[in-house]
Amino acid sequence: MTKPLLELKNVVLKVNRNTPEEITILDHLNLTINAGDFITVLGSNGAGKSTLFNAIGGDLSIDSGQILLNGKDISHDSVEKRTSFLGRVFQDPKLGTAPRMTVAENLLLAERRGQRRGLIPRNLNRHMAHYKELTATMHNGLDERLTTATGNLSGGQRQALSFLMATLKRPEILLLDEHTAALDPRTGQDLMHLTNERVSQDNLTCLMITHHMEDALTYGNRLIVLHHGKVTYDVAGDKKQALTSEQLYSFFAEIE
Amino acid sequence: MSLAVSAIGQGLLWAVLGVGLYLTFRILDFADMTVEGTFPLGAATAVAAISNGMNPLLATLLAFAIGAIAGFITGLLYTKGHIPILLAGILVMTACYSVNLRIMGRANVSLLGKSTLFKNHFLASLPQYFDSVVLGAVVMIVITTLVIYFLQTELGQGFIATGDNQTMARSLGINTDNMKIRGLMVSNGLIAFGGALVAQNNGYSDVNMGIGIIVIALASIIIGEVAFGDLTLNQRLVAVTLGSILYRFVLLLVLKLGFSANDLNLISSIILAICMMLPVFKNIFNFKHILKRGLDTND
Repeated sequence: MTKPLLELKNVVLKVNRNTPEEITILDHLNLTINAGDFITVLGSNGAGKSTLFNAIGGDLSIDSGQILLNGKDISHDSVEKRTSFLGRVFQDPKLGTAPRMTVAENLLLAERRGQRRGLIPRNLNRHMAHYKELTATMHNGLDERLTTATGNLSGGQRQALSFLMATLKRPEILLLDEHTAALDPRTGQDLMHLTNERVSQDNLTCLMITHHMEDALTYGNRLIVLHHGKVTYDVAGDKKQALTSEQLYSFFAEIE
Repeated sequence: MSLAVSAIGQGLLWAVLGVGLYLTFRILDFADMTVEGTFPLGAATAVAAISNGMNPLLATLLAFAIGAIAGFITGLLYTKGHIPILLAGILVMTACYSVNLRIMGRANVSLLGKSTLFKNHFLASLPQYFDSVVLGAVVMIVITTLVIYFLQTELGQGFIATGDNQTMARSLGINTDNMKIRGLMVSNGLIAFGGALVAQNNGYSDVNMGIGIIVIALASIIIGEVAFGDLTLNQRLVAVTLGSILYRFVLLLVLKLGFSANDLNLISSIILAICMMLPVFKNIFNFKHILKRGLDTND
């Protein structure tokens, strides 16, 4: 359980490199993620939370430091290559699904995440029964709309689909970037419960950015706080369970 | 009667352009101006190759390959060079003009007395204009079938996803740059292939024959969509061919009304503009309808 899965060592990431507006977003950040960790990530705007995800995903290249997956340096691997171990859900429901393709087609695309796609027929019908079962677990009517273009779904349905797509092929690491923030409170909570269920059932390793202090405390076995591009707070296990929102608030008041 | 047959034949031959442009305009979701250069490029390549004694079928396939290279260059400029697609297309289109003059050696080359795809025993034995109908139909059936098959493969689905939502496609490990480059290659290959067919049908290649090509190709796509309404992706690809034929009939009608062939580009643009604005008109009319009904009930 305590084998390091992903390690970030002294990671520095700057934007607007070599211009007067150069800003250091990640500043010698160190983070070790163990297999099976469900980490909630807190931090104020601009602390570097999304940038951390983009550094792991490869959307942004790091200036120095190392990112290791199972001890192997992946700092310079392309976005496409990293998707073989990475599942992601974005905050905007529109970013996670292809609007003109049907729900089933989207799922089929996700099934081959990070794998070679050849000139072989897609065989959508062979997967339909499985997809029906899978979408039914979301309890939001998604299973009735498998042949609907995702552009016609509600935000909640689209985001539930994005989540299914990210976990359909088991990711070694799942990155959730405020994936319930754009939904109404009720739908958001439903998706949060489903997320927790799926992560613990499949024993997924997961990082979840949230602005909900309560969610950060309720879910996961570990909580980290990012501040000015560094991990300034990191609790796990019993210590995290004992943490209260008052303690967290006072911690935030201190660092601001 | 023979005019109608001619229109169908022309529609079928030109439909290749519609299917080619469909891959970029509708699926990858951008307008690729390269086609204005690759259409005459295909014509020039085929005519020059045939003039030098190459087999017409090989010459037509060579045109496809050369068109694909032009598309490859546009793709590189766009994805790796970060030049906006519209400008990347215009750059390659402009460059093609010089290349076409180099290939042909002069502005206009005739195929008089040379062998073409249309001059085999079977096609030559058909009544007038039926040669282009038969050849065009065979070509369109083969190409449409291949494109539909491709779009249903795993790779094809990744291609569609690239145009639909690039962020998602990348997060699923689809190399969107490669997809765009390949799409531009096949698209421009098909357009050049169409150029080779049209040049052989006309019996000559002209360096200016590319002007307005994007409008003609768009017209077959849009007219097909407007005429047949809500369709699946595969049905829409078939509708492109029907749209291309309809467009030829519209042109026929326009010529019958007394316009000259020189007016065709103007008229094509007007037709296309009207078709593309139809949804806007529809909204305006619906609005009036709602307004009228609202006033009626108030009385």
